[in-house]
Amino acid sequence: MAIVNLQNVTYKYPLTHTPVLSNINLEVKEGEFVAVIGPNGAGKSTLCYTLAGFVPHFFKGELEGKVEVAGVDLKSTPLNEWVRNVGLAFQNPFNQISGAKYTVFEEIAFGLENQGVPRDEMNRRVDQALTMTGIRDLADRSPYSLSGGQQQRVALTSILVMQPKILVLDEPTSQMDPIGTREVFGVIRQMAERGMTVIMAEHKVEWIAEFADRVVALKDGKILLQGVPADVLTSHLLAENGFGTSRYTSAAREALKFNLWPKHLHLPTTLQEAVDGFNLTSAPSPKERGE
Amino acid sequence: MIKIEIQDLHYTYPGGVEALRGISLTIKPGEQVAMVGQNGSGKTTLVKHLNGLLQPTSGSVLIGGWDTKKAAVAKLAARVGYVFQNPDEQLFSSTVGMEVAFGPHNLGYGDEKVSALVKDALALTELSDKTATNPYDLSATWRKMVALASIISMDTEIVIFDEPTTGQDALSVARIANIIAELRKRGKTVITITHDIDFCAENFERVIALSQGQVLLDGTANEVLGQENILAQTYVDPPQLTRLGKRLRLKETVRNQEEFLAALKKK
Ligand SMILES: Nc1ncnc2c1ncn2[C@@H]1O[C@H](COP(=O)(O)OP(=O)(O)OP(=O)(O)O)[C@@H](O)[C@H]1O
Ligand SMILES: Nc1ncnc2c1ncn2[C@@H]1O[C@H](COP(=O)(O)OP(=O)(O)O)[C@@H](O)[C@H]1O
Ligand SMILES: [Mg+2]
Ligand SMILES: [Mg+2]
Repeated sequence: MAIVNLQNVTYKYPLTHTPVLSNINLEVKEGEFVAVIGPNGAGKSTLCYTLAGFVPHFFKGELEGKVEVAGVDLKSTPLNEWVRNVGLAFQNPFNQISGAKYTVFEEIAFGLENQGVPRDEMNRRVDQALTMTGIRDLADRSPYSLSGGQQQRVALTSILVMQPKILVLDEPTSQMDPIGTREVFGVIRQMAERGMTVIMAEHKVEWIAEFADRVVALKDGKILLQGVPADVLTSHLLAENGFGTSRYTSAAREALKFNLWPKHLHLPTTLQEAVDGFNLTSAPSPKERGE
Repeated sequence: MIKIEIQDLHYTYPGGVEALRGISLTIKPGEQVAMVGQNGSGKTTLVKHLNGLLQPTSGSVLIGGWDTKKAAVAKLAARVGYVFQNPDEQLFSSTVGMEVAFGPHNLGYGDEKVSALVKDALALTELSDKTATNPYDLSATWRKMVALASIISMDTEIVIFDEPTTGQDALSVARIANIIAELRKRGKTVITITHDIDFCAENFERVIALSQGQVLLDGTANEVLGQENILAQTYVDPPQLTRLGKRLRLKETVRNQEEFLAALKKK
């Protein structure tokens, strides 16, 4: 049974003439980690807003088709009920900070406090979440006097701490340092293993290939392609439609022309796949190894 | 020809955070430098010293011999352009055209020169068809382009981009790479902060890695980006093809597809 179910979803913002999402069909299973890729303007953020209920409840506009999450229908459910199931990290982390709190710790505790979670449990959960995103040392700092990447971590942490059934992340690592990005992908993978459903808009295909279960490629509001990362991320359709690919994929594609990538192999999307494939064509000959 | 000289720069924010802890650097006129490092390592704080947005707590910053502590911010603005990490901190005009014209007007250039500079900056950023649009009606990614254009139009000798590729798609990253290549041709000094290490490897000759308010590494891209263990101290991974080259035991450090394939053919 799908926990997220979109059927023939078409959406227009109040002032747009052409649909920003058209005829989207998407089913996501509980505990699945789905990455949404696509060029700028493809509709990734709008899809995130729809899953989070901001479309149509906040943005208004025309939403056609069916959006169902955890068995609840979006159009007939008010936003304050909807958000109990779904947490959204905005593309711009600054939009996320409440403005009501003086420290990072209090900022992250804010949502739990509103839910009336007992203080002991609240402190424990906030502490745990701060550790997961690597910002325990920022707990006493003001949420405003942070670097861009630190702010983004705070925004993400404030959603993770709520442990929503469905986690919707709009480019959550865009300002994070490289190893931090990989770690955050790892944390999100773990959350999915524990049953949280994750839908993430992202450009960073190397880590999508490594961590996501499925990739949805969006272009001009339509789903161009979806499937397991190894298939979608190596599809020639992506290259032809202005999507980025990992350097492993593009190097192997080029290497094919010189017989430096084994013809029978799938193009690589991860470092390990690239190592394995290139070793087949470029492994030192017995002579070179000194045998 | 304006040189940047930074000597033993320390900076502590009013709340007490010690963001820069003794930075010394020289950047020659016309150099293209990428700056990388962990979140909070001090990259933004450092570059905000170059145009006088921040003043050293101790140490000094000289821009073509001018001490930023003494030079008026308005005069520095004619030498150093800084594109903010978050474009929303920078943009305020009601049309793209006005936004991009503001800087050169403010520098006191005549109408004719201003309109030539604006036209050039809009063409470089591919915004020419959006002059009448309100920046806030544009998507975040195009707003970032407006922020770039409004600094490029000031035609400063030093241009600083703070994470220009954040959230940009492949096409737009290529556009930014083109802009940087064009500024290089024009002899500009370009300093770019980025977490996109592949972009860094493909577009810059010199790389500076900061860690906890200090310079961890400074050298050519191949020297710096090959040092996996040291870079890890500041949460930076080498570029994808550099890592792959190492795993395949290629003799030299490679950083882009051309170098990678060339080394592979030799193997
Ligand atoms: N306005 C401020 N007030 C107090 N501390 C600040 C302020 N801005 C930044 N800091 C702190 O100064 C340090 C350096 O921040 P800076 O913004 O320079 O980092 P950065 O390297 O640009 O990071 P990022 O990659 O996340 O953008 C961090 O500890 C940060 O929290
Ligand atoms: N609030 C809004 N009002 C009107 N149009 C919007 C709004 N937000 C986004 N759009 C438009 O919808 C399209 C998809 O945008 P978006 O969902 O932000 O794409 P992505 O996140 O993939 O870059 C774009 O054409 C964009 O300009
Ligand atoms: Mg978006
Ligand atoms: Mg910064």
